[in-house]
Amino acid sequence: MNETSMLSVFWLLLRRDLLLAARRRSEWVNPLLFFIIVVTLFPLGVGPEPNALREMAPGVIWVAALLAAMLSLDNLFRSDYDDGSLEQLIISPHPVSVLVLAKVSAQWLLTGLPLILLSPLLAVLMNLSSEAIPALMMTLALGTPALTLIGAIGAALTVGLRRGGVLLSLLVLPLYIPILIFAASAVGVAGMGLSIEAQLSFLAALLMLSITLAPMTIAAALRISLSS
Amino acid sequence: MFAWFFRLGSPKHVYRIAGRFLPWTGGLFLLLLISGLYYSFSAPPDYQQGESYRIIFVHVPAAWMSMFIYMVMALAGGVGLVWKMKMADMVASAAAPIGAAFTLLALVTGSFWGKPMWGTWWVWDARLTSELILLFLYLGFIALQAAIEDTRTAARAGAILALVGVINIPIIHYSVEWWYTLHQPATITKMDTPSIHISMLIPLLLMAGAFKVFFAHVLLIRTRTEILRREQKTGWVQELFKK
Repeated sequence: MNETSMLSVFWLLLRRDLLLAARRRSEWVNPLLFFIIVVTLFPLGVGPEPNALREMAPGVIWVAALLAAMLSLDNLFRSDYDDGSLEQLIISPHPVSVLVLAKVSAQWLLTGLPLILLSPLLAVLMNLSSEAIPALMMTLALGTPALTLIGAIGAALTVGLRRGGVLLSLLVLPLYIPILIFAASAVGVAGMGLSIEAQLSFLAALLMLSITLAPMTIAAALRISLSS
Repeated sequence: MFAWFFRLGSPKHVYRIAGRFLPWTGGLFLLLLISGLYYSFSAPPDYQQGESYRIIFVHVPAAWMSMFIYMVMALAGGVGLVWKMKMADMVASAAAPIGAAFTLLALVTGSFWGKPMWGTWWVWDARLTSELILLFLYLGFIALQAAIEDTRTAARAGAILALVGVINIPIIHYSVEWWYTLHQPATITKMDTPSIHISMLIPLLLMAGAFKVFFAHVLLIRTRTEILRREQKTGWVQELFKK
């Protein structure tokens, strides 16, 4: 298998997934609406006091982002599994980890990227200081791809199960904790006007680790799920 | 030379060998437990914490076991994944509930210790938080294996999850520690490596030994049960129950 054909397969699969998503808009719009609604609930739950909201804004926005990313994971492989195209991908001559990376990239473009673009709006709703908004967008840019990659492992393990949704969250959320810790702390620290280089380096390291290890793991998990 | 290793692949052989080990592990466990408990209560009280420090003789070994068993589980899962060894799969799924129980024990005793020391049942202390997340990892593993009906697929999926968990445990542990030092002034953290007196070290090590042997004992029993369950249709199991 030469290099060019592997790359073209990657783009073909990416295009296919984006095209499919464009035809089924609710699948990726709904998690975004969920993200907005969850963040809106917090001021209603704890009161509209601006300073209190600013204090917890990084954590609230990031937890909502985790949940939104997790919610959209269930259809990452589900529809391909149901109509059999996932099996075709696995038995194709191309390396499964590359195919998986294409699918995960499409998923991130549909769920992670809009989250980043929406985040300034939510930051304003939560009364986050304007210095913290670039930090929020940067942490989301580094963190959400890692969330999608790690979550895809769980999605691949549970794709064969009828009710995988709740189980998926049980498997995936504990693994999200380091990303949540570094990202929320970066946003909080940026609001105080301090340097966030350390947190961003940790997030970048976690992203690199998941880009290198997750595709292979997802491929192995898909093979296991399809073997039964 | 490797004949003994290949025989480990045979459930019938392992069932017999494990049965022969059981009285020994049980006896050794009782011996270690009784002597450990004796020294735990005869050790002098702590000058600062009084009598309530004695819970560490249960808490610390339980916390050690919670990490150790996850490693055993992941190792067994990895062996099952790579060499397709049925016995390794069974050991991995037999170990998970024991590990979860030890983790829960570490959490509960930690909170018992925290009540007189910190004045509350729960503090978001770095190590307690790591233990809590470890418990979630165990429960995820158990839930995944329970959800998949086919035992072979369940074992392989669980092995993947356990291996992912093993990579993540250090990352989670250090990120939680980092998070804790960020949010807490360093007042309680000075107790992280206090020098321990020999009269307290002896019961601690005895109890740690007792917990290890207890784990081995329960693991053998659970693995034997698992063998019977999975091999119930084979001739030798039928034979066993005819007697």
